Amino acid sequence: MRYLDEFQNPKIAQGLIKAIEGLVDRKIVLMEVCGTHTVAIFKHGLRRLFPTSLKLLSGPGCPVCVTPTQNIDAAIWLSKQKEVVLTTFGDMMRVPGATGSLEKQRAEGADIRVVYSVLDALELAKTNPAKKVVFLGVGFETTSPSIASAIYTANHEVINNFWVYVCHKLVPPAMRALLESGEARIDGFICPGHVSTIIGSLPYEFIAGEFGVPCVISGFEPLDILQSVYMLLNQIKEKRAEVQVQYSRCVKPEGNEKALSKFNEVFEPADSNWRGIGVIPGSGLRIRQEYSRYDASLHFEVPTHQVTEEKSGCICGEILRGIATPLVCPLFGKACTPEEPVGACMVSSEGTCAAYYKDGGIIE
Amino acid sequence: MNPEKILLAHGSGGKITHRLIREVFLEAFRNELLEKLTDSAVFHVDQGKLAYTTDAYVVDPIFFPGGDIGRLAVCGTVNDLAMSGAKPLYLSAGFIIEEGFGLAELKIILRSMREAADEAGVKIICGDTKVVPKGSADKIFITTSGLGLIPAGIEISPQQIMVGDNVIISGTIGEHGIAILSQREGLKFSSNISSDVAPLNHLVASMLDVAGNGIHVLRDPTRGGVTTTLNEFVQGAAFGIKIYEDKIPIIDGVQGACELLGLDPLYVANEGKLVAVVSRDFVQAVLSSIQRNSLGVNARVIGEVVEEPKGIVSLVTRIGGTRIVGMLTGEQLPRIC
Repeated sequence: MRYLDEFQNPKIAQGLIKAIEGLVDRKIVLMEVCGTHTVAIFKHGLRRLFPTSLKLLSGPGCPVCVTPTQNIDAAIWLSKQKEVVLTTFGDMMRVPGATGSLEKQRAEGADIRVVYSVLDALELAKTNPAKKVVFLGVGFETTSPSIASAIYTANHEVINNFWVYVCHKLVPPAMRALLESGEARIDGFICPGHVSTIIGSLPYEFIAGEFGVPCVISGFEPLDILQSVYMLLNQIKEKRAEVQVQYSRCVKPEGNEKALSKFNEVFEPADSNWRGIGVIPGSGLRIRQEYSRYDASLHFEVPTHQVTEEKSGCICGEILRGIATPLVCPLFGKACTPEEPVGACMVSSEGTCAAYYKDGGIIE
Repeated sequence: MNPEKILLAHGSGGKITHRLIREVFLEAFRNELLEKLTDSAVFHVDQGKLAYTTDAYVVDPIFFPGGDIGRLAVCGTVNDLAMSGAKPLYLSAGFIIEEGFGLAELKIILRSMREAADEAGVKIICGDTKVVPKGSADKIFITTSGLGLIPAGIEISPQQIMVGDNVIISGTIGEHGIAILSQREGLKFSSNISSDVAPLNHLVASMLDVAGNGIHVLRDPTRGGVTTTLNEFVQGAAFGIKIYEDKIPIIDGVQGACELLGLDPLYVANEGKLVAVVSRDFVQAVLSSIQRNSLGVNARVIGEVVEEPKGIVSLVTRIGGTRIVGMLTGEQLPRIC
């Protein structure tokens, strides 16, 4: 099949794997920031093809995993308000908050609906003028432009029963926080492909410039990832630190200007709390003053929920910071499974724990 | 004139119920056993082992490319019988219908049940109808039970699986699940993918003809797809199963839709395919017999039963990597980033 077969050519893959083996002469740690990369790496069995001294760490790039419990609790609170229809992407349904999950709340009778696009939520608002439709906005730069566009449209078409509860996050500030903490040794970053189609490659320049860590923006097919690893290893060998774009068929240095302009029209950066990491300055979004009537947290006066500690024993935070793998978690595969998740990294299909679990939990 | 609707009175047990049964259900399914309209159908069976199964059908939407809930309700139960090596004989059918459901739609569904039953060579010999108030059910739910006769000497069960056996899939995977998804509200996408829903009993009969007990286990990979079926075989077993990604038959449309939606086709439902674990000595004969049937032209050997790792299904990916493919956990959901 075109565009799939070409990126899974076994001959080219074998050549790249050989070249990678030749470049690994010591322990090297690369971090794939994005959850979709984590899933792709497991799906194609790439880890088992690499030399053992090449380690891949999963980063904080799964939006479901980094949404803190107080956001989940706020969403549950919103779903209990009169006439509210809470709309959300499916992955958020089972994430445990301190006061249950949206799935449990729906079983209790709350009107919570899974949508595949924010435009479905907007449509729901249009067709149900007596309802108050709230969209739970979760995701990185990949999804936020479409949310911005929905708010923009709601404003343009004067739709007054639609709000967004914004939990959006930005990737580059989180990468800065990881590097500044110095907790995990990272020799190179496989940078997210989808996020970069929107923001471009320029926002990562500080990683190479200030911290001297090589970056490659990668696509999601096996050959994309193998080539990106090869490019990173080359930079490391030649003691270079640059931002390179492997995913050049989709990513331009300046990003998607049209999407960015909608995004900047509606949103502005704000401090944001990351599950397991804490508050990172400028790493989230809030709705600008001009559009604040669509901000669910203002309109419904969402109470600030207590910051809850992770459940005892759960090490999602350390996993998201790249300083632990699921295999050292005492709950992994025992008290915490995809059926009965304790931490968010086990809930989301893109979570590190779920990926390890799906793969039998025997990789290291 | 308004199209006729199913009313609560149709389920009352009175005159109007009888009219519905005689004019609609009996008309569609007519055979000498049903015709008697007695409390239970009475029939003779030859001596031997009987297979008995039941399944409820609540598919949404009820009409989809390649079939409808009626065809599904017959094929699903026929296939469950066939997978135990049985020759399906008789089905029962229970209907729960939402008040206000169109009589014309009901007739279409019954017609496709009759057609599927004729294809399979089974008879629907008893049934029941209930009508529930609007909102108490979603349009129509159907439950079918089936009886089948297992030929003497046939022993099909996971206990027969041995290291060295081959794993066969009878055709391209994932079409039913994707056909249904493509019709779902909020996810509609245009595709020309039709459900593969079909009765597999004749296919199974031809396999048994050439290999008999050389066929160690048969299963139709419905909900949870091929991987879930294979995991059922290896659970707690002293062997594992290894399959090869590049050998798994899949049509471009399904592959593309799965890429788009972030689904793994190995976990997507089929309704007209079977997985067979077959003794190595019979593989060629079984494969040829499947491929001669119009439902099995794309059949392939996709893997084998291996000694290690035990209890695990592993997949060799196209580029030569290996991953473990476990049971489906929860629902497969589209990606959000």
